[in-house]
Amino acid sequence: MATRHTHTKRIEGLDKNVWVAFSSVAADPSIVNLGQGLPDLPPPPYVKDALAKAATVDRLNQYTRGFGHPPLVKALSQVYGKVYGRTIDPFTDILVTVGGYGSLFCTMQALVEEGDEVIIIEPFFDCYEPMVRMAGAKPVMIPLRLKPGKKTVTSADWYLDPEELSSKFTSKTKAIIVNTPNNPIGKVFTRDELQMIADLCIKHDTLCFSDEVYEWLIYKGHQHIKIATLPGMWERTITVGSAGKTFSVTGWKLGWSIGPQHLVKHLQTVMQISLYTCPTPLQEAVAQGLMRDCALMGQPDCYFSSLAEELRDKRDRMASIVRAAGMTPVIPEGGTSCSWTSLPSVSLFNMDLSHMENDAYDYKFVKWMIKEKKLAAIPDFEKYIRFCFIKQDSTIDAAEVILKNWSKTQ
Amino acid sequence: MGIPRNILQLWSVVRRWRSPAAYDNTIMSRQIHARRVEGVDKNVWVEFTQLAADYKAVNLGQGFPDFSPPQFVQEAFCAAVMGGPSMHQYTRAFGHPHLVKSLATFFSRIVGLEINPFEDILITVGAYQALFCAFQALVDKGDEVIIVEPFFDCYQPMVHMAGGKPVYVPLRPRNKDGLVFSSEDWVLSAEELASKITPRTKAIVINTPNNPLGKVYKTEELQVIADLCIKNDLLCISDEVYEWLTYDGAKHVKIASLPGMWERTITVGSAGKTFSATGWKVGWAISSSHIIKHMQTLHQNSVYHCATAAQEAVACGFDREYDVFGTEESYFQQLPAMLHHKRKKLATYLESVGLKPIMPEGGYFMVVDISTLSVDFKDQDTKDEEYDFKFVKWLIREKGLATIPVSAFYSPEHQQDFNKYIRFCFVKEDMTLDAAGDILRKWSPESK
Repeated sequence: MATRHTHTKRIEGLDKNVWVAFSSVAADPSIVNLGQGLPDLPPPPYVKDALAKAATVDRLNQYTRGFGHPPLVKALSQVYGKVYGRTIDPFTDILVTVGGYGSLFCTMQALVEEGDEVIIIEPFFDCYEPMVRMAGAKPVMIPLRLKPGKKTVTSADWYLDPEELSSKFTSKTKAIIVNTPNNPIGKVFTRDELQMIADLCIKHDTLCFSDEVYEWLIYKGHQHIKIATLPGMWERTITVGSAGKTFSVTGWKLGWSIGPQHLVKHLQTVMQISLYTCPTPLQEAVAQGLMRDCALMGQPDCYFSSLAEELRDKRDRMASIVRAAGMTPVIPEGGTSCSWTSLPSVSLFNMDLSHMENDAYDYKFVKWMIKEKKLAAIPDFEKYIRFCFIKQDSTIDAAEVILKNWSKTQ
Repeated sequence: MGIPRNILQLWSVVRRWRSPAAYDNTIMSRQIHARRVEGVDKNVWVEFTQLAADYKAVNLGQGFPDFSPPQFVQEAFCAAVMGGPSMHQYTRAFGHPHLVKSLATFFSRIVGLEINPFEDILITVGAYQALFCAFQALVDKGDEVIIVEPFFDCYQPMVHMAGGKPVYVPLRPRNKDGLVFSSEDWVLSAEELASKITPRTKAIVINTPNNPLGKVYKTEELQVIADLCIKNDLLCISDEVYEWLTYDGAKHVKIASLPGMWERTITVGSAGKTFSATGWKVGWAISSSHIIKHMQTLHQNSVYHCATAAQEAVACGFDREYDVFGTEESYFQQLPAMLHHKRKKLATYLESVGLKPIMPEGGYFMVVDISTLSVDFKDQDTKDEEYDFKFVKWLIREKGLATIPVSAFYSPEHQQDFNKYIRFCFVKEDMTLDAAGDILRKWSPESK
């Protein structure tokens, strides 16, 4: 190397990333990919058509407003004004970002710094920890715990212990990250659970970053509650949403942060320094999609609810397939479109994982499964793997074949 | 933060007891925002774009075309959108495979080096994000970064947010009598540049063709910079978003192609400026893998992916340009030829009313000296602003013509030395330029 220069301290130790590692392995078309959380279903046609049309308009191929294309922030203000039951100013209370991921980044960089602590609930979407570290702060973990003695496990059986949670708040706590519906378990936090978190936020005067990218994917019998709607929480909460997850267009990479002006203005500063503006035609198309579905809210035609209906059947199918292979699924109440599955012990499958010395068990298992069984999932928290089921029936059929034959050859 | 947090918390609790009705509007009593966002919230674009819109001004301010991207690239975008489901889902985080391969093939031929598509390239949300990744990945607290003035305004807040210290060195008119007719007349003093280097200097940022002046650095000028980089082991961030837009035979030279520079240079490019599609926000950084890998780490912890369909369309654009490179069909020939004519048109309008443009050798913009004009700002509430800021606002409000003040591209310490220039963007439909010409003609500004 011809230069002494190396990377900055802020990215020290943050180079590993499970997605980069596993996505490349599963890019092979012969592998049935239930790993990364992306649909292989087509997006709704009206949203694709809106994009194709936007690309033909001269003005929509050039820069738009930095903090969010006006038609989009106005559409978001309408949709969420209804959902929150309050007036949301499109220009001061909303920031459009590069996906939910970009929203989280702007939030951390704007509001978190060295000396701060940020509480993260485990299991968590993996980017939270490196983002907190990159902002110079210390992540403080608290696990969701499983209620003992259940036969059929659902995501509702995972809970936060009130005393344990309370003990994690210190004078340095800047924020707590809440993800509901949760990725990977699919837990949908109840009003009481959110109230418990809210009480602590208010008591300790902390912020709340609420990652709600899966907010529309709630299966029957459950309700998505926005922590920002609880008393005293609007002014201290940033809520993250995602066009990618809302309209099954993860490759559009558009998301948003919604919150009070005195917080959002700092996120807007980060946006203006980091990438200035998001792509215009994509924002225009999302705006049109949102207006169409806003008008249909509450009706079965509304994509926000129809997608959840479609996914519930896939969820149930995935659960039974996985059970048949000798694994125990955690049935998600919502979101994540993934099924968290606890792993059987090594001996059950007679696998030789000895060559993968340094990896954790779940990593070894998934690598083995991809290589030997041509089926991809994502490793999670050592004893679990995560299957994504927002896939075409033919993909789930293929997974079923692999998992059925799996137990047969043992 | 002198007051201990627990006292502040007690106070906020006491405040709530006293006024329960205000409970819902209680704002956090401690410092909320991170210090890295302090002092960098002002932004010239936000302010002037709004003003131009409010007054429905003929907009030669912000740098974007008001004409469409070329048809072949628009068609590629539509084809991508109507393509299979994979076009709407996540692609490879560090860059869509088709795009990084097309860029590697294309630029390998230009620089005469084998560029590895997966290790030497990072695709970003516009060149803007490539710059951000470079500073965040490579500039640490206390590092000094030399910025050549006038500079595209984002470099300074980016260096600041990375904890670095910007050190400025201005381009200066080389003629002693101050007469400058071309961007070529603005030069960097090798001695002045060398004097700015300290043991804490991490990098130097150059922009060629330059925004706002339009200077296209010659090989010998870049060699001076390269020599200093190599001697002092500095990194070089080379913003080349306008690389295809050179006029009057000026040649764009890539500093990364000079000996000893590939391994220490980050070259930034833009699909938005290349294909007149600024709203697509696709850009890239090309460098040696040992540098790119750090930028990839930053990228994977900030935005992670860029939009797939736009990347696919840009890849198709580069495939097509690779095949027709150097021929009349190449957009990289047609666009500068078209802009050459527009540059001349605008210059003629300005000269006809006694204004002296500094003819740009490259880029989107033309800088005009306004020091000879006398304008009465009496009605304006512009307090402590630089002269050119006042002038630009006056021009928008009174004449309906939007431009950008050039002192916005200078450091606080040099702003007052360069506050008698304004910047016009000429990458506009002829109709827009003609409308500007009409305004100028009616105005007929009086020169001293």
